[in-house]
Amino acid sequence: MEYLLRPWPWYVSGPLLALVLFVLVYFGKTFGMSSNLKTLCSMAGAGKYADFFKFDWKSHRWNLIVVLGAIVGGFIAVKFLSDHSTIALNPKTITDLGQLGFSRIGETLLPAEIYSWENVLSIKGLAILVGAGFLVGFGTRYAGGCTSGHAITGLSSLQRPSLVAVVGFFIGGLVMTHFLLPLIF
Amino acid sequence: MKYLKFLLVGVFFGIVLVKSEAVSWYRIFEMFKFQSFHMYGIIGSAVLLGVLILWVTKKSKLKSIEGKEIQVPPKDRGFLRYLIGGSIFGLGWALAGACPGPMYILVGTGVFSMLIVIAAAVLGTFVYGVVKHRLPH
Repeated sequence: MEYLLRPWPWYVSGPLLALVLFVLVYFGKTFGMSSNLKTLCSMAGAGKYADFFKFDWKSHRWNLIVVLGAIVGGFIAVKFLSDHSTIALNPKTITDLGQLGFSRIGETLLPAEIYSWENVLSIKGLAILVGAGFLVGFGTRYAGGCTSGHAITGLSSLQRPSLVAVVGFFIGGLVMTHFLLPLIF
Repeated sequence: MKYLKFLLVGVFFGIVLVKSEAVSWYRIFEMFKFQSFHMYGIIGSAVLLGVLILWVTKKSKLKSIEGKEIQVPPKDRGFLRYLIGGSIFGLGWALAGACPGPMYILVGTGVFSMLIVIAAAVLGTFVYGVVKHRLPH
């Protein structure tokens, strides 16, 4: 039980994600989380504005159920399967974040500097969340997948487009982390 | 009932991603700073085992529960869309510290401000759908 409550090492978590991929293809589906954003658009009637959203969204209902489960899983994990230990980050990472003005680093999953309501309800804080979400939503559909669809499923099935997409993920991520975050914070 | 198995897969996925700390903004920051092997280990081992699993599945001609041949949908041909779209995604991923899977999971962990990010991601997807034909692919 103690091992269950502690953070799980990469060599346990990674293989378990491969298991998620296997189970979904065994169920005759695929592992791709960003598709749900498209499905939500379609459900909300976006087909009136673009043919891209004209498809039978009901055939993607299974994936929305996976999302629902994921939300429940997140709840279970923090409520019943956590010892609330501080994330064991590299001390260098903590120093770097301290210099950007972050505090209580790793005590929660997400930094209060970005996600606390106090910060969210400021113009800058709201712009960060809306901007980040927009980039993720626009980028993932443009690239035709996200971390699950390209980095895990696409690379596992040895698809070249997914490798290009993952290179793109890193170009964007490195630019944001090394050049833009220091300007934003 | 036929949806119950998908609910359970989702629950499992959510638990794994929280327990692995892959849903943490800090872990994503650390990854892009190349200061820890943790995230590379997670994605790397998932991909290595994934390659093996899909290879064995193909060789053994395992059928899905729907009785069809197991096949991962092939991605469309193209280069620019993957590079440009991927880079745009990467910018957002490193800023939000969450990609689409973790976004939903984090709502479950009680971070309700994440709903703003999800709403913006839906908007981003919508705008892509509208301007799609004007973009290089």
